[in-house]
Amino acid sequence: MELHLLLLFMIITAIIAIEVKDLLSSVVAVGAVGFALCVAFLILKAPDLAITQLVVEILCLIILIRATIKKDLPLVIEGRWVFNTVSTVVFVAVFLFFAYAALRELPQFGEPMMSVVKKYLEEGTSETGAVNLVTAVILDFRAYDTLGEATVLFTAVIGIMAVLRPRGRKKVEEKE
Amino acid sequence: MTLYLLCLALFSVGLYGVLRKRNLVKIIIGLGIIEYSMNLFFVLLGYRYHGRAPIDAQAQDILNMVDPLPQALVLTSIVIGLGVTALVISIAIRIYEKYGTFDITKIKRLKG
Repeated sequence: MELHLLLLFMIITAIIAIEVKDLLSSVVAVGAVGFALCVAFLILKAPDLAITQLVVEILCLIILIRATIKKDLPLVIEGRWVFNTVSTVVFVAVFLFFAYAALRELPQFGEPMMSVVKKYLEEGTSETGAVNLVTAVILDFRAYDTLGEATVLFTAVIGIMAVLRPRGRKKVEEKE
Repeated sequence: MTLYLLCLALFSVGLYGVLRKRNLVKIIIGLGIIEYSMNLFFVLLGYRYHGRAPIDAQAQDILNMVDPLPQALVLTSIVIGLGVTALVISIAIRIYEKYGTFDITKIKRLKG
């Protein structure tokens, strides 16, 4: 029941974040969605995820505020309003149709398919020595996954450095 | 089932933001909301009624845990989401420096 309330809160806050005029208020509202998600992870018995989500959310908010501060602009609605809205609603309706068709194939809420993870649960502690099974999965059974994650993260950092550099290397050499 | 539908509703809000809004920051926020809803959906799929967190403890039955596999994968996904958001925001900052606006219809030279 509290999960339903939390999800309703997330949906309402997300609508506020999308619809409010002021960009900084919008960023604050999306922060509220992220922290509600953190609480939802705690209720769903995923403490590792709650910790990670908290840290990531704070970093995300700092980055978003850096992008939006002092850069407000009034949005004027002009031209093709009807076309844009109708096409958006059509896309969302198509998505909801297919998502609902897929939803009926999923297992019921509260009774997960434990077919893959049964081996991890039975042998996890004896094979890896990790008490926390989530860390046993990400650092031992699926360690290549974590390696790929680190690769993606550092690639993103290289991309940010390349994009945000104020001037290219060639110009600096020419000046010297 | 209701929880799945609410999760889909959250996804739809994000999709609406991505498709309909013309401000770059609003589009990025929509992407973030989609990411939140998908992470939550995976964790919902692994939840078990009256389950406990996937951490071993003395004198507890091992088979009433929630599914740790979606949690491990979502842990990866959250961190990658941070990387994606940071990269997109940095591109948006560069666009603002070059064109002086976040409005995607005013960025003329990006049109095909």
